[in-house]
Formats: sequence, C-alpha cells, structure tokens
Amino acid sequence: MPRVSEIAGAVVTAPLAWAAQAIDPALRFWQRLTGQGGMAAFFLLPNMTVFGLFVILPLIFNFAYSMTSGTALFLADREFVGLAQFQRLLDCSDFTDPATCQEDQFLIAVRNTALFVVLQVTLLIVTATITALILNRELRGRSFWRAVFFFPVLLSPVVVGLIWRWILQRDGLLNAGMAGVGLEPINWLIERNWAFAAAIGVTIWAHLGFYTLILLAGLQAIPKDLYEAAEMDGTRPGRVFWRITLPLLMPNLLVVIVLALIRAVQVFDEAFVLTGGGPGTATLFLTQYIYEVGFASLLKNPGLAAAASILMGGVLVVLTLLQLAIGKRNEKRAKLK
Amino acid sequence: MTTRNLRAKGALAALALGLMSTTALAGDVRIMWYSDGVEGEVIQDLLNRFMEANPGINVILDNVAYKVVQEQLPIQLEAGEGPDIARVTNLKLLASHWLDLTPHLADPEYFNTNFGAYADWMREDGSSAINGFMTQLTLTGGFANQTLFEQAGVEMPGEGATWDDWVNAAAAVQASQGTAAAFAIDRSGHRISGPNVSYGANYIGADGKPAPVDAGTKEFAQKLVQWVADGKMLKDTWVAASGSTYRAAADDFVNAQIPFYYSGSWQIAQLSSKIGDAFDWVATGSPCGTAGCSGLAGGAGLVAVKYTQNAAEVAKVMEFLAQEDVVREFSERTLFLPAHKGVVEKGGLVWQTEDKNVGPALDVFIAASTQIAPNAASLPSWTWATVYYGALANRISQAMAGEMSLDDAFARIDTDVAEAVAAAGGN
Repeated sequence: MPRVSEIAGAVVTAPLAWAAQAIDPALRFWQRLTGQGGMAAFFLLPNMTVFGLFVILPLIFNFAYSMTSGTALFLADREFVGLAQFQRLLDCSDFTDPATCQEDQFLIAVRNTALFVVLQVTLLIVTATITALILNRELRGRSFWRAVFFFPVLLSPVVVGLIWRWILQRDGLLNAGMAGVGLEPINWLIERNWAFAAAIGVTIWAHLGFYTLILLAGLQAIPKDLYEAAEMDGTRPGRVFWRITLPLLMPNLLVVIVLALIRAVQVFDEAFVLTGGGPGTATLFLTQYIYEVGFASLLKNPGLAAAASILMGGVLVVLTLLQLAIGKRNEKRAKLK
Repeated sequence: MTTRNLRAKGALAALALGLMSTTALAGDVRIMWYSDGVEGEVIQDLLNRFMEANPGINVILDNVAYKVVQEQLPIQLEAGEGPDIARVTNLKLLASHWLDLTPHLADPEYFNTNFGAYADWMREDGSSAINGFMTQLTLTGGFANQTLFEQAGVEMPGEGATWDDWVNAAAAVQASQGTAAAFAIDRSGHRISGPNVSYGANYIGADGKPAPVDAGTKEFAQKLVQWVADGKMLKDTWVAASGSTYRAAADDFVNAQIPFYYSGSWQIAQLSSKIGDAFDWVATGSPCGTAGCSGLAGGAGLVAVKYTQNAAEVAKVMEFLAQEDVVREFSERTLFLPAHKGVVEKGGLVWQTEDKNVGPALDVFIAASTQIAPNAASLPSWTWATVYYGALANRISQAMAGEMSLDDAFARIDTDVAEAVAAAGGN
C-alpha cells in the first residue's frame, strides 16, 4: 500500500510530468533542428530573459539617461545633451580641491570613497585573516564562535546601521557607558574623523563573518602534514605563517580582497543609516551621492546621477575583471597540481 | 449543454476571477497618506464612516512614511501611475499631476469659497482648477521647555523678542541645566525661511524666478553658523547629515535636551503625546528679526491625481472629507489648524486633548498667523520654493561643518538653484 508521502509526492509532481510530456515533442523537434547547442540556449533562455530585463535593459537605459538632461522621467521627454553630464562631473580646475569643481560634492564623494576603500579593505582583510586563523585552531566551542562572527552577516544593513547609531549617538549606549566610568562623552557621529572611523568600523563588523568564512575554508584546505613537518623541523610559528599559511592561503585571500574592494566601492546602506553622509559631507560616499542627486534631493537630476553611476560602474568593471582573472589563474593552478 | 461548452465556460470564469483579484475594481479609491501624529487613525475612522454611507465605493488608505511621499510619489506620477488621492506637502512642484475636480464636484463653489485662499498652493500657475484642499494649515514657530526655564531661573523672552534674545536666554538655561545645546531648528530649508524673511530675505526675483541669496538670508545664516560654532545650536540636526536630508529635532526637545526648539504647529500633537506630563512646554511663535517676526505658512493638501480611473468616486471622497463638520472633527481630533474658511470663521474648536499645554499652544500659532510677512506668504505658491529650500539646507550645513566659508556657500546656493531651474526647463 502506498504511503501518504508517496501519494502527496505523486500529486505534486504529476502536473510537472504532464507539462514535460506536453512539451516533449516540441523539444525533440527543436533538438533535431539546432543540435545540443540549441538545447542549451533553450534552457538558458528563462534565466537570460530575466537577466536581460532586469540588468542589461536598465544598463542601456542608464547610458541613455546619462546623455540627457531635465527632470522628466521618460527618455522621449528628455533633452539629449551628449557627454555634457560627464563633463559637468569632471569639470575641475584642480582635482585636489573640490571647491574648484562644478560638482564639488561628486569629487568629495569620490575622495571619501577612495579613502574608505583603502582603509576599510585593509583593516577588514587583516581582521578577517586573524579571526580565521584563531577560529581554525582547536578552540573550545569553536562552532559557537564561528556562528558569533557570522551572525552580523545575516542582519539587514539598515538594522546594522540603526543598532550602531543607537550605540554611537550623542546620548547613546557608548557615551552612557563612558559617562558611567567618569570619561568625557564623545560625539562620535558629529566629529568628522570619528564619524568616518565609525563608518569603517561598522561595515567591517557587518561583513567580517563572510570573508572570515572564505578564509577559514582556505585554511582548512591546507594539508596538515605541512604543519607537522614544520613542527618536526622546529620552525618558528611566525615563519610557518609567512612560508606556509600565507602562500597557500593567497588564492583565497586574493578573491577576498577583490570582493571586499567591490563591496567597499558600493558602500551605502549601513553608512547612510549611521551617519547620513555627515557631518557635513565627511561620510558622503559615491552611492549616496548618486542616490541623493537622482532620487532624494529636492534638486533632483537623474541624468547627472546616471552619469555618476556609469563612472562608478567603470571602476567596478575593472575590479570584476580582476576577480575573474584571479579566478581563472587559481583554476589553472589547481589543474596543474 | 455539451462538455466542451462547459469546459470553455469554466475556463472563462476562472480567467475572470483571476483578473478580478489582480486589478483594481471600479469604485476603488486608493489614498497615499502619511502621518505626523494621530491623523492616520482619524482619517481611517472618517473613511469608514464614508464607506458605510457609500457602499459602492471602497477606499483603501495606504499609510506610508513621509519619505515615500517625498521620494517615490513623484516618480510614480512621472510614470503616469500613483494613487487616486495623495496627502502631499510638495504641492506646487507636482501641480501638473493633479486632477481638476471641477467637473466632478456637485458644488465646486463650496471648494472655492472655503479653500480658495490656498488653491494656488497646489495648482499650476494661471490655472483656476480645483485639485483638492488643505487638510491642515501649518505655521513654523518655536517651542520652549517652560520647566527648564523655571528650574534655571531664566525668564522667558516675551512678545517682540528677537532671535538673539531667545538664543541667549536658552543658552543661559543650557549653562544652568547642562542641556546638550540651547536650541535646535529642524534641518530643512523651509524651516529657516521664515526667520530669513524676518531678517528681510526675499527669494523671488522680479521675473518670478529665484533671486540670488540676499542680505536677509545671509544675516540669519551667519547667525546660525556662529551659534553652531558656539555650541548653542544642536549640531546633531544640521551638521550630522549631508545633502538636503530632512532631520527633525523633536526628539531632543521631547527628551529635554534643548530648552528651545524651532519647528512648527504640526508638532503639537506629537509633543503632547510624547512629553505627556514630563514637563510643561509652551509655543512661542516666531522670534523677530530686523524686518519682522514671521513664520512660514504651509501645510499638507489632499489632492486628486489625474491618472485615476475613478474620478467620480474620487470626487465623492473629497467632497465628504471637505465637509465643514468633517473638517472640524478632523482638526479637533488631530490638533491641526484648519484651512476651511467656514470652520475658522465660526471658531469654537474644541481641541480633543486633556493636555493643558495644547490649547494655548494652538492659540499662539493662530495669533502668529497674522504676522506672516508678505515675502513668506508668497513662498507656498512659488514653484521654485522647494529647490531653494534644498540648496539652503545642503550648503549652509556644509558651512556649519567647516567645509566651506559662508560666502562660498552662498555662491554655491545661487549656482545650485540656477542649475536646478535650468534642468527643470525653467532656464
């Protein structure tokens, strides 16, 4: 006698089986006509349609918008201005001084983003590597600690921003604690350097678990016998790290660096909720600039926002190509081994 | 009937049911609504009453954040989409999207008589359309924490007191009570425009286009920057954000972190519910400058969207909500100043609150509405007002943060406004 689960399974899969049978003759005809390549194209079609509709098409529209001006939404109602929006973004008599630029806040956002990328990625990689090395050791409750470090990755970026805002604001938890032990409170989100440091620290906290996990996987793939041999030879721990761990972890590390770079260039949600781009424009990053100009500002300019996003996209394309090149090189090395 | 016929009819019935579940029914009226206080509950209550009396019309109230109305509604409207009715503050800039209700109203003259004074705030220049009505009038003005002033032994400045008088008095309270700052103003170009006008500012040029930043705006902006530098004005609202981001300082006033707060009449309900009996507070009206003691009038309007498929039903909803007794009830329960001429003239509003601070506060704002300077009175119906407000907030906060000099900020405001006007096709 069939079990209930088998009956339920048959009921669920029956419509799919009927659908498959219904299109089977058409598929066979298509395969005869186009061969295996045609079948691959057929199965890729749904995915490519979605990708085309939601990625490629908006990208094309974005290019078109970047060459128009006005506040109208429809392209047909917008005035074609060629590269004028790009010219406006890059119109600076001295690129070291935003005050000399027509779009001074664009240059400020670029500079802030560049500084953020350098500092955040460096600190993130160092911290993630150290954390992965610690979590790779035989610790009591190792799984628990791994979960603790990964937990912030599961949080919504807005939640992360709000939690840390609540901690760091003038009358927040941190200042309450400092006042409790007799320390002078600091206005973390109002002082320029502290606000910038807070943006870096919070984004590191939020993403550390993800990169640690990748590095941990890399560490666990390193053959144990190498460490045993080093131990038998009496090699110092520092030398073991520089000569064995780091070189063998390098493929993972490179992937992590490029991924972290891409993410850092796109920094927005946590930082926006935390600091709102302030104080002044101290934490105004490129994505927030685009958002402000395109959507939030009372002085909206969608064409200018589109042009800025294309310039930012250019940087991301370079980083993505770098990531692909590293991936391919790692693949080749793995094959050679 | 054959089996084939039955199947075909069954399929058609299923298709019809499917379509009904995904498309709006004729008779549906969707309202996009935001709330500062309790008005979301009040309007839902009123709409329920309307639907009981008009069973053929289903009104759906979408309660959204103010930011959604500010950022997403304009995009929906540009795309020819959006709700049937919306509660909006940015009325003039979006005027081309509002429906002229005149042909759908049973008595258009009723709207002209009772809401005509503010009709220009929401309609296109030169038009005589009836697009909706103001759900409430607002006026910018100050609030003082009376308890903190009393505890500090500082006398509150009286009628005719200047901005300097108020800030100095609040600074004395700050020094005595150890508050975070003496005062705060919401981070918004709109909020500082009343004070700017009080120092003689005029944003509107002879041709109706934005005029360059003048001496009045410069004088008050200089004061603001200096007050931030002196630690008298709370940094957390203006300095803490960039761009034209709006930030209110209401929570700092509610938490007794500032003895003086400049915002507006729409805060009264919120202050009442959040402060409760924690301390006594009073409305102060607008402090004076060299040219007057002006606040800036404004408010939220309920407007019909011209892309609606149910214009007749929309008009019925608007007619109901604009009725004198409904407006009176809405104002009394929400503690908002009414914009209905009949309600104002008859007076006798019974504010539905047990908070002893509320009635006098509303009276202060009603009295202050007589002191609105002409340059401020013309701003709500001026197309480029929001553009000007955005540039003011963006650049003055940069000067406050020490990123640029005030002179550079003024030059940037002029450039930003000119570029925004050009981008919008205003040349």
